[in-house]
Amino acid sequence: MNILTLWFHKLGSPPTFYRLAGLLLPWCYGIGLLLGLVALYSGLVLAPRDYQQGDAYRIIFVHVPAAWMSLFAYAFMAANAFIALVWHIKLSEILAMASAPVGAAFTFIALVTGALWGKPMWGTWWTWDARLTSELVLLFLYLGVIGLNAAIEDRRQAARAAGFLALIGVVNLPIVHFSVTWWNTLHQGSTIRLMGPSKIDAAMAWPLLLMALATHIWFFGSVLMRARIALLQLEGGKDWVRKVALDEGAAGG
Amino acid sequence: MAEFITMGGYAFYVWASIGVFVGVLALDALAPLAQRRRVLADIRGRLQRRAAREQREHGGSP
Repeated sequence: MNILTLWFHKLGSPPTFYRLAGLLLPWCYGIGLLLGLVALYSGLVLAPRDYQQGDAYRIIFVHVPAAWMSLFAYAFMAANAFIALVWHIKLSEILAMASAPVGAAFTFIALVTGALWGKPMWGTWWTWDARLTSELVLLFLYLGVIGLNAAIEDRRQAARAAGFLALIGVVNLPIVHFSVTWWNTLHQGSTIRLMGPSKIDAAMAWPLLLMALATHIWFFGSVLMRARIALLQLEGGKDWVRKVALDEGAAGG
Repeated sequence: MAEFITMGGYAFYVWASIGVFVGVLALDALAPLAQRRRVLADIRGRLQRRAAREQREHGGSP
C-alpha cells in the first residue's frame, strides 16, 4: 500500500474522521460566517444600484449563491452515494446523507428568495416555467432522499436505498442548469459564466462570488457536523464512541 | 442610512430575502446541536443500563 491509499484508509476510519472533522468544523463555520458577512455588507452597501432593477437586484447576493449550492450539494451527495453503492464505503454513505438536509435548506432559500425577487420584477411570486419547476423538483428530490433515509430502520440499508434515489435524481441537475437556454423561460439566463465573459460589472460580481465561496465553506462545515453525529449513531457500541459520550457527559454536555 | 433601509422602495423584498437566507442557515447550524445532545444522552443511557445489568448478574447475590 502506498502512502496515499494508507492515508485514505486512515481518514476513512470513523474515529480518525470524527476527530479531524471536529478540528475542521469550527473553521468552516467561522470562515464561512465571516466571508458571508463581508459579502452581505459589500452586496447591500458597497455595490452600486442597478440601472434597471434599482435596489431589488440586491437579492441576487443571496439568491444566486443559494441556487448554486442547491446544485453543488446535490452533486456532492450523488457522488458520495455513487461511491457508497459501488464500494460500500461507510463514510461515503454518511457524507451523502449528511449533505441532503443542507442541500434542501439551500434549495428552499433559492425558491423563497426567487419568489421574493419575482414579485417586484415579474409581477408574480411563482410561475410554472422550466427553471422554477425543475428547482422545485430538486427540493422534492432532497425531501425524498431525507424521507427514505429516515423511513428504513437499518441505518446502512437506509443510506443505500436513499443513495440510489439520489443517483436517479441526478438527471434533474442538467435540466435545472440548462433550463434557461433549452426553454423560453421567464427566468433570466446565466449572469456569471465560466466560459466567456460574464454579464455583470466587477463591483457587483465580487460580492456575489465571495458569497458563493462563503456558502461552499459553510456547506462543508454543516455536512461535517451532521456526519459526526451520524457516525456516533452508527458506531454506538464501539469503544471510541463510548469514550466520546462519557467525556462529554463529564463535561456536562 | 435611510436609503440603506428603504432599499429604494424594495425594502420588504430585499430584507425578507436576507432574513430567509440568514434564518434558514442559522437553523441549519443549530438543529444538529440538539440532535447531537440527544444522541450522546442516548448512548450514555444505554451504557448505564448495561452496567447496571452486568452488576446484577455478576456482583449480586453470593
